[in-house]
Amino acid sequence: MTGPMIALSALLSHWARHRVQAALLLIGLALATALLTGVQAINAEARASYDRAASALSQDKLPRLVAERITVADYVALRRAGWPVSPVIEGEALIGGQTLRLIGIEPLTLPSGVAPDIGLAGDPTGFLTGKVILSAEALNDPRVRPAELPPGVALTDIGVAAGILGPEISYLLLTGDRPAPPGYALIHPATTDLSQLTESFHLNLAAFGYLAFGVGLFIVHSAIGLAFEQRRGMFRTLRALGLSARALTGLLLAELLVFALVAGAAGVVLGWLIAGALLPDVAATLRGLYGAEVGSGLTLRPVWWLSGLGIAVLGMLASAGQSLWRLGRLPVLAPAQPRAWGRESARAMRGQALAGVGLIGAAAGLLAVRGLWAGFGVLAGLLLGGALMLPLLMAALTRAGQRLPDTWARLDAGDVFINEQLALRRGLAPGDRVEQGVIAGIYPDYGNPMPQVILSWDRHRALYPLPVLRYALITDIPAAEIRAAFPRVVVEDRAAIRKASVAVFERTFAVTAALNVLTLGVAALAMFASLLTLSSRRLPQVAPVWAMGLTRGRLAQLEFLRTLALAALIYGLALPLGLALAWVLLAVVNVEAFGWRLPMLLFPGDWLRLGMLSLLAAGLAAALPVHRLARIAPAELLKVFAHER
Amino acid sequence: MLSLTDVCKGYASSEGRVTVLDGVSLSLAAGETLALTGESGSGKSTLLHLCAGLDAPDSGRIEVAGHPMGRSDAERAALRRGTVGLVFQQFNLIPSLDVAANLAFQARLAGRHDPRWQADLVATLDLGSLLVRYPEELSGGQQQRVAIGRTLAARPALVLADEPTGNLDEASGDRVMALMLRLVAETGAALLMVTHSPRLAARLDRQVHLRGGRLT
Repeated sequence: MTGPMIALSALLSHWARHRVQAALLLIGLALATALLTGVQAINAEARASYDRAASALSQDKLPRLVAERITVADYVALRRAGWPVSPVIEGEALIGGQTLRLIGIEPLTLPSGVAPDIGLAGDPTGFLTGKVILSAEALNDPRVRPAELPPGVALTDIGVAAGILGPEISYLLLTGDRPAPPGYALIHPATTDLSQLTESFHLNLAAFGYLAFGVGLFIVHSAIGLAFEQRRGMFRTLRALGLSARALTGLLLAELLVFALVAGAAGVVLGWLIAGALLPDVAATLRGLYGAEVGSGLTLRPVWWLSGLGIAVLGMLASAGQSLWRLGRLPVLAPAQPRAWGRESARAMRGQALAGVGLIGAAAGLLAVRGLWAGFGVLAGLLLGGALMLPLLMAALTRAGQRLPDTWARLDAGDVFINEQLALRRGLAPGDRVEQGVIAGIYPDYGNPMPQVILSWDRHRALYPLPVLRYALITDIPAAEIRAAFPRVVVEDRAAIRKASVAVFERTFAVTAALNVLTLGVAALAMFASLLTLSSRRLPQVAPVWAMGLTRGRLAQLEFLRTLALAALIYGLALPLGLALAWVLLAVVNVEAFGWRLPMLLFPGDWLRLGMLSLLAAGLAAALPVHRLARIAPAELLKVFAHER
Repeated sequence: MLSLTDVCKGYASSEGRVTVLDGVSLSLAAGETLALTGESGSGKSTLLHLCAGLDAPDSGRIEVAGHPMGRSDAERAALRRGTVGLVFQQFNLIPSLDVAANLAFQARLAGRHDPRWQADLVATLDLGSLLVRYPEELSGGQQQRVAIGRTLAARPALVLADEPTGNLDEASGDRVMALMLRLVAETGAALLMVTHSPRLAARLDRQVHLRGGRLT
């Protein structure tokens, strides 16, 4: 073996004698990598589905003409009048035992560049003569041919669709930028862009992934900090025996790289498993919220290996950066200056606090910036800033919620209400004017991605003398009774919609709850790793007290109480930080992501429960280090006096 | 083998600049042994660290084996690997390596590992029964024997020892001292040893005393 390899083997020999520590390091980095790559895999899979949908169903990007009812005769009349329109019949249909979104197109009139190549090139006659239904799903129907389509979608000739769904045309695709013909309304394609609609959802997931990654890195940071602390003597011996500071730093980097690659590989596989487990819930959520179809299958792609390993290496470097920096600055004569490492630690802590102040300042500055990324920037700044400067109390962040005034009377007088989404997009306030009238009020519109205006019936008729597409009445008569009495009336059962919405949100929260549990698990490990590190660093303070006559058992009790007191103190400081984060989520991130704001409600009872849980978690995490202190060999404590640590 | 010319070293303190070495000059020939004595805080360890390239003088010139001490950390580290061997009061063994690996460590780092010479050292230092043990399982005397073996296994031209028996009782210290002097003589290395003990110092070829930053 060469010199550097000899030195590296000496560095690595530490881990063979400290296997729990090595496991913590690997588990922390693997979990951090897994959660981030898992979330990225979910997002990538969903975006790939949108891309497939966009390329295969590019008619979704064309303007559509809609009317109360479009018959074949209406379509023919428009064509004869020179309108470049193409009919589409679309609806849900049971094909091969599965309910699919069946889209019937008319390939001959479909605008150029829109007609999907799939199937038409392979078997154009089959498609045109209505023998073929294209779908990505494996269906038990002889007409179905496999095609690169989004999941849950089937594409066929309009004749086949008419046979299944009925002859009424759902909408007409319109080529070119022209106004709607009389009797029709024009819907522009931007409203159906899945990527835009779902972007905030994916950004939220990604933020969760990064949060979990950050928490995981705390474990790695602790484990590395402990390993550097324990090997301080070895480092200075290596330096004294002829290893330069640069060579030692290089070898430690090589060692960390080995760990990063092992943990990264494990993290990628774990992330793939997590993504596979969560993807069905995510798909259900996206379908429920946005009507976006996402496949539930997941393949372990080569690019994940690369990105996962890259993430692990970067995470490792970020976690070890402080320790490496301190090592580089530590004088080679550390044996003659036993407090050198401690002084360097104190300097680093002051630097951290300053960085924390800077981060919180930057987060406050970002509040003035619009945009979802800025919102997440605020979150990250507060989280990291708070973690770096625990002693500083968070400034109270409160803001009075907007209230919708009781101005129904003004609606009758011709004023309008606008939803929060429109107000935020255009920066409007009550008293401002929109095309439809003066704004009397702004109403919260939870869950709606679209800007919307409510105006009186008379005002609507005056402004839009278009044929009415749909009348609606709101009633509290049970839906079943109306359906029985008026079979042709379309009944929207609000209770059923609410039930379905709740189900969708339950699934949404199933995803976040799963990520939450994983993140909390990682956080618990982080706390355990930190306490293990602290217990080792505390020995020089504990040993003299032991020498003065306090038993190891009593010392362990005091350490346990100290840990609980520390946990209570941190809980007290974390609570206002958590409230500030919640406020940012509700008043900044949610507004930017969805366009509406949720009221901030406070639950003091939950705080109490959380406090008890924090103490319990701290107690459990401290159990092993305290147990070890109670049973530590006196020889270990004596080493402190012999300066052998 | 070792030459110091008008070497000065000082430190900044809360009471101003403290001069530790004030124009120290000395030389040590190959195969010669020299004891450096002095009171606590007289600058003995500082002088030893300067000779090992662990620290740099404020002024003056240090040469080891005919070469001036390098300015960079890498050059000084190369000197410690190739020419100089250090024996510490605190032993400074690598705790996660067993005795056999610790013994071979510096020779391997220097690229001069010789299994037969190491076997001779094991026999001379009576470490045969301890090879698979870890440092924490050894007594102070046993650890210092391993530390001496580690240094001499690399056949350094200059051995710098900082109170090598300072942590040992008198009997163990005498035994370790005898072994070290015997092995240094066998390898033909020069030895500069810092010690408090006039009795131990008397066993070396020459003695110099450091007082007020100057040699007497």
